[in-house]
Parts: sequence; structure tokens; C-alpha cells
Amino acid sequence: MLILKLLFRNAFRHKLRATLTILGVTIAILAFGLLRTVVSAWYAGVEASSASRLVTRNAISLIFPLPLAYKDKIRQIEGVRTVSYGTWFGGVYKEEKNFFPNLAVDAQSFMKIYPEFMLSDDEFRAFLKDRKGFVAGRKLVEKFKWKPGDTVTLKGLIFPGDWDFVLRGVYRGRDKTVDESQFLFHWDYLNERIKDKMTSWANQVGFYMIDVNRPDLAAEVSLAIDETFKNSLAETLTETEKAFQLSFISMTEVIVLAIQLVSFVIIFIIMAVVANAMAMTTRERIGEYAVLKTMGFGGWHILALILGESLVITLAGGTLGVILTYPAAAIFGQKMSNFFPIFNVEIKTVYLALIAALMVGVIAAVVPTRSAIRIRIADGLRRIG
Amino acid sequence: MVIPFSYSFRNLWTRRLTTILTAGGMALVVFVFAAMLMLAAGLQQTLVETGSPDNVVVIRKGAVSEVQSGLGRQQVSVIETDPDIAVGPTGDKLVAREVVVLISLPKRDRDKPANVVIRGIAAASVSMRPQVRLIEGRFPKAGSAEIMAGLSIAQRFKGGGIGEALRFGMRDWRIVGIFDAGKTGFNSEIWGDVDQMMQAFRRPVYSSVIFRLSDSQAFPAVKSRLETDPRLTVEAKRETRYYRDQSEMMATFLRVMGISLTVIFSLGAIIGAMITMYAAVSNRTSEIGTLRALGFQRRNILLAFLMESLLLGFIGGCVGLFFASFMQLFTVSTMNFQTFSELAFSFTLTFDIVFQALGFSLIMGLLGGVLPAVRASRMKIVDALRAA
Amino acid sequence: MDDIPPIVEIRDLKKSYRRGDHVVPVLENITFDIQRGEFVALMGPSGSGKSTLLNLIAGIDKVDAGSIRVGSIEITELSETELAHWRATHVGFVFQFYNLIPVLTAFENVELPLHLIQMTGKDRREHVKMALRLVNLSDRIEHYPGQLSGGEQQRVAIARAMVTDPTILVADEPTGDLDRASAEEVLELMNRLNRESGMTVIMVTHDPRAAQKAQRIIRLEKGLLNHAHIETSL
Repeated sequence: MLILKLLFRNAFRHKLRATLTILGVTIAILAFGLLRTVVSAWYAGVEASSASRLVTRNAISLIFPLPLAYKDKIRQIEGVRTVSYGTWFGGVYKEEKNFFPNLAVDAQSFMKIYPEFMLSDDEFRAFLKDRKGFVAGRKLVEKFKWKPGDTVTLKGLIFPGDWDFVLRGVYRGRDKTVDESQFLFHWDYLNERIKDKMTSWANQVGFYMIDVNRPDLAAEVSLAIDETFKNSLAETLTETEKAFQLSFISMTEVIVLAIQLVSFVIIFIIMAVVANAMAMTTRERIGEYAVLKTMGFGGWHILALILGESLVITLAGGTLGVILTYPAAAIFGQKMSNFFPIFNVEIKTVYLALIAALMVGVIAAVVPTRSAIRIRIADGLRRIG
Repeated sequence: MVIPFSYSFRNLWTRRLTTILTAGGMALVVFVFAAMLMLAAGLQQTLVETGSPDNVVVIRKGAVSEVQSGLGRQQVSVIETDPDIAVGPTGDKLVAREVVVLISLPKRDRDKPANVVIRGIAAASVSMRPQVRLIEGRFPKAGSAEIMAGLSIAQRFKGGGIGEALRFGMRDWRIVGIFDAGKTGFNSEIWGDVDQMMQAFRRPVYSSVIFRLSDSQAFPAVKSRLETDPRLTVEAKRETRYYRDQSEMMATFLRVMGISLTVIFSLGAIIGAMITMYAAVSNRTSEIGTLRALGFQRRNILLAFLMESLLLGFIGGCVGLFFASFMQLFTVSTMNFQTFSELAFSFTLTFDIVFQALGFSLIMGLLGGVLPAVRASRMKIVDALRAA
Repeated sequence: MDDIPPIVEIRDLKKSYRRGDHVVPVLENITFDIQRGEFVALMGPSGSGKSTLLNLIAGIDKVDAGSIRVGSIEITELSETELAHWRATHVGFVFQFYNLIPVLTAFENVELPLHLIQMTGKDRREHVKMALRLVNLSDRIEHYPGQLSGGEQQRVAIARAMVTDPTILVADEPTGDLDRASAEEVLELMNRLNRESGMTVIMVTHDPRAAQKAQRIIRLEKGLLNHAHIETSL
């Protein structure tokens, strides 16, 4: 179509300006995409959690443990299918910046509750046999280049001392949303070693993980568990895994909010830039629009021309920005793997980015269009000379 | 400035819409930049002021914070015999055994809980922290279930106000006093009697020992003495250093995010400035030819256009800073990544930040304007004149 | 007249332009003099090179070969920086489209060239006032060019050209954009400056009536002087 050809040629008439504007839009959309990916990475834990898993912890706060003896009582509650338990070890591998989650768990029940952690039968058996054994996610093992049979030492911060473990298995995540950076070892090993030295932690667990028969039972099972231990020495707070993850995020909610706000600011910045470029371009071509009006083209045609040009620029930049978001996210995710074990670009982000580019293109064309439509032919023609 | 400054200034004024849009984009970038810096500064200020360099914090070796640390009664007794502990006006040693735990409390405005620090204190604890001032009520009586809350807790958390009560450790604790600790982290804490706390939480060990040095210079010797004592497995830090280390991760995170965001945003603003200045040059081509014909040198032209874009940057910088300064009205409360406890801090505008923000805006103006200004200066006079 | 050397001496001037691959010759072997205090008109059809010749004399373009002496200075040997400085002190420009700076007032436009010369603010203002008096434009000096008529703008331009007390006044189609009456005014002004201050005026024009005001007409045709048609009038 002639109009389309005209739009493209007009948009690139001034190559330098077009290039700069497209570049600006690309950078802005890229930044937008990255920021939104950071936000969704923040919520990754929530996305990966299951509605039929519950977390039971000490009602006072996470730093207080629960007695191991609770296990049997919980198992007897109606609706409970499997009970597992564990303690956050919080150890350090070589340097503090090599952060990854390390947990002492009851291996059998834990792996049953987390079917998305896929481990071969052989590896699982080897893990069970070795009391010092540990199982780690694929990403973690690749990062530190551990091989099965290797001895890995963690420095305990909460449970002091140097702790040796032997790699017995590498688990893979069932899909992209599963965290492959966890380090799991035997709770028995932990308990054995600290029983005499740290009496407040002897035969105590950090949390219970419970699998219920059906997701709709979650609420009543949670209440039942908490009722059981009400008014005892260690009162419990039970919630779905999703709620548990959300509570963490709500504590740093402010930061997430700030990042979301900032991702909109970049859109405004680029809107100003593109609007400026369109305003200048229109001003310079006002004579041409006057000529078109002389020939009989009406306001809608002029609008189409200016809007079209604006959209060519912003959609080109937007598309480029979206395409570049993927490799950028890969690099960013790798650098920040300590903070964000899962860092994937969601489809929703892509849609939002393209919509943003569209919006910028439309708004940037608004003011110039008004002045172009309103121009009196005589005034416009005079400006050509 | 051979070409008068008013030339650059008035050209910006004449094309107001363009100037507003371009400077507006820069203002947004400076706003984000300044806000991030102010946030990091506010965080550091809170955590650095939370402490006195004359106080020493002793925790178990390897523990990153008081919450993870456990010191048995025997170890604590040994530490209390250290000769460099200062003596207070009443003749008592300025040393305190403290216990620190985190409890989960719901906030006032919504029910979302946050982890709050409960600190069991001894008699000397308050006198060692002169930043803490009682502003309502009285100090809790030793041996009772009375507690006092920091201002931030009283304002933000349910049951944290004076006369209200909190329930934990199977007991009710009444708030008999509110204290204001200025910008320090103590404002997000609740203080009560250490022995009562240990009982309620069934903790057989203390978290830390705090004492005042009689001679601040003696710290290195004290530190090595404590850390090499075979009866102890401890770590000693100056209180200021202890708190600064706790903000390390968050401050770094804020700084890294702030800088990377700013760099990306500034690229957008610089491109905006470039587009504007290239357009200005191309619209004023015959003017440039005239000026050169009149005898102005290439560098005069270069400077005049550069001045225009520097002005754009400066205006953007001032506007951005102006709006950023209003952020000081807001307080941020979030969880400290390192200690898992609630921390409230505000945006702090310092002179340093003002200079950095303005400097940054000028750099943006410079980078955006330099290429167009060079183009203007390199034009051939006859070509420029012909382009009327 | 013979003891006083000519103010402008041009010898064997050559100038061509490059258009893509071709080289287009514009001026060939131009040789002539202009005497101090003369009012000279350069005429010729479009493409004859008259504007190019003017640009070369005024130092805003570079010759390919030949020599141009203005005063006693061989301007073809000056560096770009020296040339700019030379223009500031020796040449006054008047353009067809006035070329005033739109964001400066009439006063500031006239003052502009003085920034290139070491002078106190007070002295500058004096010079400007004098120049504006010369062109009869002492009121409306705080107006911007957009608020002035074509004739007024051109008079401001002439004042600007005169304010540095230049050696030569160079004008490229100064009446090209003016109506009859204003054109007449401007030409009369240039004439007066020539007669009363002894200013050497070199004017390019295609308007024969404008050319009549000059004392001598030099014609160019296809880059060559048409000697047969050098007319002198008084």
C-alpha cells in the first residue's frame, strides 16, 4: 500500500534521528523487560509453590524450633498424607557471597513431598545409605563443578563448626519454575552432632512440611494442626506453602513496589523523547502537510500519517527491545543467581512491553497531530518558502 | 564564552516544548538516581548511627548477627571480667548481657506480619546507648513483664503503642514506655528485661555482651585478648562496625540496582538530548554560517551549542533533585536481607548527593550535546549559508 | 589615485566545486583590482560565479589557486583561525535574507561582532549606538528581528556590518528580499556610507537598478570576467 510505503520512507527520511529514536525505544523497552523479569523472579518462589503443601513453624518466629515429637501428632490429623521436616542450616560454602539454600531434611519424606525434584533411584539410594551424603540441584552442581563422590565442606553459622558432606545425587527440576540451587542433607546428621553442644536445638526441627490429600483440605488441616499445639510450649503457625512464600515477599514488598514504579518511569522517559522527536519532525514538515491539505487530504489522513510514522519507530524499537530482553535476562540471571535462582522472561512481560511501545507511539503522536491538522493552508505553505 | 550566554539560554526558551520534554526526561533520570542514592544513604545512616564506636559487641564466633549467636553463662562471666570495661558514674561497670530474638508481629495498616527484634536488656544497656531517649511513659521495671517499644514499632505495629500489650512466649507483655532513637535501627526494636525474656523463650544462653570501653584506643588489644582466650569462642566488634556490616548486603544491593538502573535510564535521556540538539543544529544551520562569517571561531560555535545542552541537563538536574527532595517525607520499612529483621529508614538528602546528581545531569547534557555541537562547528561556511 | 594601492587585489583566481565525480569549474583566471572607497557591483547571470567570488574576497571560502590581497594581507595564506579573526576586524557582511539572530534583539545583534574584539562593555555599547545612528534606527532597538519589517532588519544588518569599522563592506543581493521602497532606502544608505565614510562596498546583485547606485559594474559570465562590459559610472 502506498500509505505504508510513505510511512516507512517518512520515518527514515531523517536517518540519524530515526536511528537515535529507535535506539532510545529499544533501550527503554529492554530496561522495562528486565525490571519486570526481576519482579517476577521475586515472586518465583510463590509461583513454584504448591497449594496442597503446608508449612508449619513456630508461631513466635522462624528462628524458634519445634519439637521432633510433634511429627507423630501431625501425622494423625485427618487429611494429612505425608509429614516431613527439616531445619534451615544456613551454612557458608567458602565465601559468604556463594549464597545458596542449604537444609537438613528427613530425606525419605521430603523427596516424597517434592516430586518436582527429580532424582534417579540409584542416586536416591546412595544418598540414603550415606549419613553424610547430600543431594544438590543441577544448577548448583554446575556452578561449583562438583562431581558425585566429592566432599564439600560448609561452615556453619547457626550451627558452628566445619561440616563435611559427600555429593550423592544431582536433582533436576521438573520444569523451569523449580529451584535447582538447593543443597539437601540428612537431618539426623545435624541432630547427632549438635545434640550435646546446643541443647536448645536437640531433637528440634526448624519446620514441618505437610502434604495433604486434596488441596481443598488445606485450610482445615492447617487450623487443625495449630489447634493441636495451642497453649503448648511451642505453638505452631501453619499455612500453605504459597502463603508462606508470600509472607517473605511482603516483608520486602516496598522494594518490589519501588522496582515496579521505576519500570514505569522509564516508559515516561522514553515517551518524552519520542514525543519530542515527533513534535520536531512535524514542525519541520508543516509545509508538506499544508500542501497535502491543499490537495484535498483531510484531518484523518494527516493523523494516519503522523501516527503511522510514530508507530513505525516505536514498534521497531519495541520489537528490538523485546528480542534483546532474552539474552540480557540470561546474562543478568547468571550474575545475580545468588539473589534470584529462577530468572525467566514471562510471556506476560513480552505483551506488556509491546503494549507499552504501542502506547508511547500513540501518545507521542497526539500533540503534533493536533497542530498539523489545525494548520491553515496559507500559513503552512508560507513556511515552505 | 565569546558568544553570549544569553544566546544559548534564549534558544532553549524559544523552543519551549522541546526544552520541557528533553529536560523532563533528564529530570526523571536524575530523580531516580537521587532517590536511589538517598535510600542507600538513609540506610547507611540508620545503621551506622545505630551504635557508638566506644561500645563493643561480643557475639559467638561465626555468628553473623546477635540472633544467630549464643553465649553461655560461663563465657559471659569471663567477658565481664575484662579490665578495659569502663565504669559508670554510679560505680557500676558499663557492661550488659543481652538476648536478641525475632518475633513475628502484624503491622497496623494491614495484617501482614514482619519480623521484629526483641532485645532483653540489662541495667547498663540504656546508659550505653545515649541515642535512645524516653519520650512517653517510663522504663520497664526489672524482673517484670513490662516492655518498652521503639517509636517505629509503636507507630507501625499492632499492639505496639503505650498501654497496649503484646503476647508472646505464652505471656502478655505490657508496653509501659516509648523511646525515640532518632534515625537508628533501635527504633524498630522492643526492649525488656533480659532474664524474663530468656525464660519466656526458653533460651538458656545469651545472645551478646555489650560493654563500653574505658579507653577507645584500647579496642585492638581488647579484641585480640577476647578472641584468643581459650575459654571463649567469640568475636568482638565496635558497635558501629557491627551495625554497618549488617547493612552491607542491602546497601550493596541498593547501590548496584541504583547504578545499573541509572545507567540504562541515562542512555535514554542522553539519546533524547542528542535528538534535540541535532535538530537545533540543523534548524539553525544558516545562523551558524552567519556567525562563522562574522568571524566567530569553530570552538566558539562548539561551546555555544554545548552550553545549550549543558543547560538542558542542569535544568533537568535541578527539577529532578527538587522532586527527589520530597522523598524525604517518606519512610521505608522493609526486611533487612542479612538479619531477617524489620528495618525502617528514610531517604536522606546530603550535600554529596546534590553534587553527584547535578554533576550527573551535566554529564548527561555533555554527552548528549557533544556530537551535535561538533557537527555544528565543523560546517563549511558557504554550505551553511546556502541552507537558508 | 595611483600612489594609494588598491584595497583589493585579485590575481589569477581559480575556483571549482566537486559534485560527486565531476569537478565543476566556477571561476577561471579572475584578475582585477578594487580601489579604496569604491562602490563596486558584481553582476552576471545565475551560475556565473559572482557569489562565489564575493565569498572568496570575504574570506568565507578557499581558493583553488590565485591570490587575493585585501589591505596588505594575503588572505589565501591565512589559517582558518587567522581568517576568522581577520573577518571579524576587516569585513562587514550584509546578506539577502538579513541573517539576524532571531533570539537576540536588534541592539544585541549589532553588538555581536564586538564580542570578538577586546573592548569594555561600555565601549561596545557606544559603538552600537553609533552604528545604529548611522542607519537611522535609534528607536526599536530592543525589538527582536521577528518584530521588525524587512527593511528595518536589513538596516540592523548593515549596522552590524559597520560596527567593527571594517575595511570592506560586502553585500550579497542585499535588496533581493525587499519591496521597492525599502530596497531604495537600503541602497541609498549604502551609497551614503560609501560617500561619507569612504567605505569600500562590494555588492553582488542581479537587479540593474541596484547596480546603478554603484560606481563600477563588473560583469561575470560563466566564471570569466567579461572585460568588454566593465562599466563605470559616477
